[in-house]
Amino acid sequence: MLTLDDVSVAYDGVPAVVDASLRLEDGHVLAVLGPSGSGKSTLLRAIAGLEPVASGRISWDGSDLDGVPTHKRGFALMFQDGQLFGHLTVARNVGYALRLRRTPNAAARVRELLALVGLEGYGDRLPATLSGGERQRVALARSLAVQPRLLLLDEPLSALDAGLRERLANDLRDILREAGTTALMVTHDQEEAFTVADRLAVMRGGRIVQQGDIAAVWRAPADAATALFLGYARVLEGAAGGVLLRAAGLAGADAAVAVRRSALVVADSGPLSGTVLSARVTPEQIRLVVVVDGIGELDAVARLDTHPATGDQVSMVVDASRLAVTPTRH
Amino acid sequence: MLAPTLAVVLAASACSVIGGDDDAGKDTSSGAASKRVVLVTHESFVLPEELQRQFEKDTGYEIETRASGDAGALTNKLVLTKENPLGDVAFGVDNTFASRALDEGVFAPYAAKLPEGADEFLLEGDDDQRLSPVDNANVCVNVDDTWFADKGVTPPRSLDDLVKPAYKDLFVTSGAATSSPGMAFLLATIAKYGDDWPDYWADLMDNGALLTDGWSDAYQVDFTQGGGKGDRPIVLSYDSSPAFTIADDGTSTTSALLDTCFRQVEYAGVLDGAENPDGAKALVDFLLSPEVQAALPDSMYVFPVDSSVQLPAEWAEFAKQPTDPWQVDPADIAANRDDWLREWSDITSR
Amino acid sequence: MKRILALVGLAAVPLAVLGVFFVLPVSGMLAEGFWVDGRFDPAAVAEVLTRPRTLRVIWFTAWSALAGTTVAVLLGVPAAHLLHRRRFRGRGVLRALLLVPFVLPTVVVGVAFRELIGEAGPLGFLGFDGSAGAIIAGLAFFNVAVVIRAVGAAWESLDPRPAEAAAALGAGPAHVFRTVTLPALRPAIVSAASVVFLFCATAFGVVLTLGGLRYSSVETEIYLLTTNLLDLQAAAALSIVQLLAITALLFVTSRLRAVADPSLARTTARPPRVSRGDWPSLLATLLVIVLVGLPIAALVVGSLQVGDGWGLGNYRALTTVGSRDALLVPATDALVTSLRTAVDATWMSLSLGLLVAVIVTRRSHTRAERRVRGLVDGLFMLPLGVSAVTLGFGFLITLDEPPLDLRDSLLLVPIAQALVALPLVVRTLAPALGGVDDRQRQAAASLGAGPLRTFVTVDLPIMWKPLLAAAGFAFAVSLGEFGATSFLARDETPTMPIVIFHLIGHPGAMNYGMALAASVVLAATTAVVMLAVERLRVPSLGAF
Repeated sequence: MLTLDDVSVAYDGVPAVVDASLRLEDGHVLAVLGPSGSGKSTLLRAIAGLEPVASGRISWDGSDLDGVPTHKRGFALMFQDGQLFGHLTVARNVGYALRLRRTPNAAARVRELLALVGLEGYGDRLPATLSGGERQRVALARSLAVQPRLLLLDEPLSALDAGLRERLANDLRDILREAGTTALMVTHDQEEAFTVADRLAVMRGGRIVQQGDIAAVWRAPADAATALFLGYARVLEGAAGGVLLRAAGLAGADAAVAVRRSALVVADSGPLSGTVLSARVTPEQIRLVVVVDGIGELDAVARLDTHPATGDQVSMVVDASRLAVTPTRH
Repeated sequence: MLAPTLAVVLAASACSVIGGDDDAGKDTSSGAASKRVVLVTHESFVLPEELQRQFEKDTGYEIETRASGDAGALTNKLVLTKENPLGDVAFGVDNTFASRALDEGVFAPYAAKLPEGADEFLLEGDDDQRLSPVDNANVCVNVDDTWFADKGVTPPRSLDDLVKPAYKDLFVTSGAATSSPGMAFLLATIAKYGDDWPDYWADLMDNGALLTDGWSDAYQVDFTQGGGKGDRPIVLSYDSSPAFTIADDGTSTTSALLDTCFRQVEYAGVLDGAENPDGAKALVDFLLSPEVQAALPDSMYVFPVDSSVQLPAEWAEFAKQPTDPWQVDPADIAANRDDWLREWSDITSR
Repeated sequence: MKRILALVGLAAVPLAVLGVFFVLPVSGMLAEGFWVDGRFDPAAVAEVLTRPRTLRVIWFTAWSALAGTTVAVLLGVPAAHLLHRRRFRGRGVLRALLLVPFVLPTVVVGVAFRELIGEAGPLGFLGFDGSAGAIIAGLAFFNVAVVIRAVGAAWESLDPRPAEAAAALGAGPAHVFRTVTLPALRPAIVSAASVVFLFCATAFGVVLTLGGLRYSSVETEIYLLTTNLLDLQAAAALSIVQLLAITALLFVTSRLRAVADPSLARTTARPPRVSRGDWPSLLATLLVIVLVGLPIAALVVGSLQVGDGWGLGNYRALTTVGSRDALLVPATDALVTSLRTAVDATWMSLSLGLLVAVIVTRRSHTRAERRVRGLVDGLFMLPLGVSAVTLGFGFLITLDEPPLDLRDSLLLVPIAQALVALPLVVRTLAPALGGVDDRQRQAAASLGAGPLRTFVTVDLPIMWKPLLAAAGFAFAVSLGEFGATSFLARDETPTMPIVIFHLIGHPGAMNYGMALAASVVLAATTAVVMLAVERLRVPSLGAF
């Protein structure tokens, strides 16, 4: 189990990570989600032993890792762009750590790993001949080869194009599950985090602002900014929030409410009404911006067979599962 | 193309200096230390291998030579390291530097038995004979006789002649500040003209004298009989130089002007604080032996101090020594060297 | 703190070597100047600095070095364009040959130059002999290759697209060069110019030989003061001036160089052929060929002259000890000694240089660490700027007691040469090492590879060519080194430059011819080494 207690990291006296505490149980996949500059990569590098910790403690199964060099930690690190060794073939890249440990039957294990990542028969090729996605698969296989105690993934998919990213995210989840690997992934993409991880920690300004089971975090963002970062489209404060909550049939007190883009659905009749400000057709539904009576501007969706136009009056129902009440910070 | 490089590197490294050269062992084996005699000298020191081996066989001492720098650098090295000398014996301090070395107490007294005729080269003021004269050579103005014959001009004969208009732009000399013959020439002019020497040098420069860094530049590049076939027929060199310019007809194409010479004498002496003083004394005696004295002309281009030694044939015929060269008291040289050189630099770079 | 300790640990070996073989001897000589008869007397040293002669010497050194650097840069930059950005037959050979002067002993070059520009030489009509102009030409001769190498390496790997973009926006070639190419090349030009300035400001033989003794530089003055007058106060004063000036120069250039190094964004585009628009670079290259080629041609011609005819007699004589035993050993033996010494000097400077390069290129975590790394970088450049005679005398007076009784050690010559070559080695290795993505090393470490294994996996595949290139450079520098070697070499084992010096210093046409022939052999050996290195196509070779 990985434990971080009040870990701080600083560059030149400028803090990059402040008082971060985390726990990651064996077999789980934790996504550290944060915008760029939030300190999440620094945190990952500190865990890998690549950055010195200014204060606090990083430990594995209770033993302090301070002073343990990177290559003795047993944590494999996978980079955004793979960082394959360009002069080695795919098979030699994957077998790198196996050779270091003089593992018997390394060749068979390499074949097995290549099969696991869907690259059978690629063993003799050089990294330069591979596509971006294939390279990341090789990097993953290389990292998994020694069955690391912990796999550290630094934005593993963000160098890839959108479609590939989605497919590889699913593969990554399946591979990690199948191998039973404990992993910590750093990403700025919430979709990627939701696909791959089961635990989530949100970082902002060098601090971990929230962590927990991924669904729990998603349902109850710690504050407005976290909610926006988790993919909620808007956060309503005060009276407007109360109006929305009541329309959703929830408790009536005024509160800050985070609203997903698809929380309001155009219906023949509903508790809310408003005027369409703009409409945009997407492959799955029509996305609208509506000035809702008693609330103001909000996003809404409509089915493709409806044809709301700018200026139309529409009625809307609220999907309560797409709302989150967040504590208001004063 | 890589292969040849590697081949060269490997071939050379197979016998790199450190990689088991037998010399390396010689230094560290302490047993040999007492039998080792270390000679500190200048870079022009050369003696035939057979003679050195003969010495080692006769005395049981092994010679180790540390040769670097010119006579000036050698002297100053000895002065700087006098607390912990570089070796046992030094050869190559000349009469222009000897006083400083003696004043600084670099040498220990050793009255070696001098060969015939060597007495006249003893250093003035060296009363307890710390330094033994080994060789001598005169720095003289040389002329290219063939050039003057071709042009129908009478060659110069004296220092006075060099400032005459007839010899304008014909003289090349190495500088006093950068070369030992240059210094000797300056001393010759000081000996001749006394306090008026700066005027002489001003006239010399006005008459188009060319200054070079060292002897080789003046002789090899600018002198008409040098290796590079220059265009100046008058050059500062040595009294022995005519022995090296012998034409096919068996005569020398150059001659030394014997009224322009300054005598340089090179000395050897036992260093004060030597680890092996007995070996040092034996080595001084060796340098004064008839065999070494006879080898000096061919090895180091200098005359022996031993007047009984037979000179090589060309030397006997063409290398004429002056009977009465210019001289300056070594103590005066030691006292005034800096001032003279500064004043000389000011005149010549004007 | 722990990282700084690790840094110091890594630096320990090179620092110890530098301390023992540079800092200690140099401070020993400076102390001799400051302590007169056991009494600390800085006033005497300060007094030297007010002498009109001292000021004149400093002034001459500054302006002649600046002029030499300017000429070298003005010729070298356009020539670098032709030799590194254009394709033509014989380009590799030309590039290798242009490096030859850099390693030729000055005594020979002085003779070769004077054969050309002396009154009797083919260029005698220029009246160049003994002028400041001759000194500057000599300085440019020795150093133009450094500019070509350094700037050419940066230029070769420069991304051509910004220039293409500028051209597409309507900028003419001159405008593109001024607004796009030149700014990108600035770090390379600045660092090349700074090293060339260092070489020029500390030049010794060129000033004496070609200046006809009318000029004194700080370096020649230190030599005369130390070896001729034993005026150690004055020598110490000038050495301090030298050290301060060089420190200032290194500081300024490290600032100017701090722009992202463009040579790291490597491109592999095949260079185009020479076209009519390349006339400025063609012209500059021709001038460089004339400047470098004529003295070398004079050497070759001289070496083939036997008596009044032509022949290879001088070369055959190299296996003898010269006419009338001018030498203790044949010149061929000296060549072997030179090669052996060069091997030792090469492995020494390579191992030290590699450590230093690793130290200065690793990413710093704190400002203090960055400063320490910068300091180490500058420290190892200092040997370029200290007079060989100061170092030589310093060896004798400081390395004379156990445990450092090294005065008669056979290692002294290769160590001194290694120190001379070290700055070049570091400047060849550092850009390549700095270009390695640090994350590759981290990836290896995270897979369980220790530091050594990481180096073998990640750095070595990228570094072996620069390493070989640096080895070639160190080898050639060692082959040509004269100043320190002449001070330290033992008589039984003279190196080639020392033998040449011996031969040329004795009368006799044969000795003169042999000296020239030996120089040609040395030059040819150097050229072969350089050509071999050239074939490795290392972009940062000699890029300071």
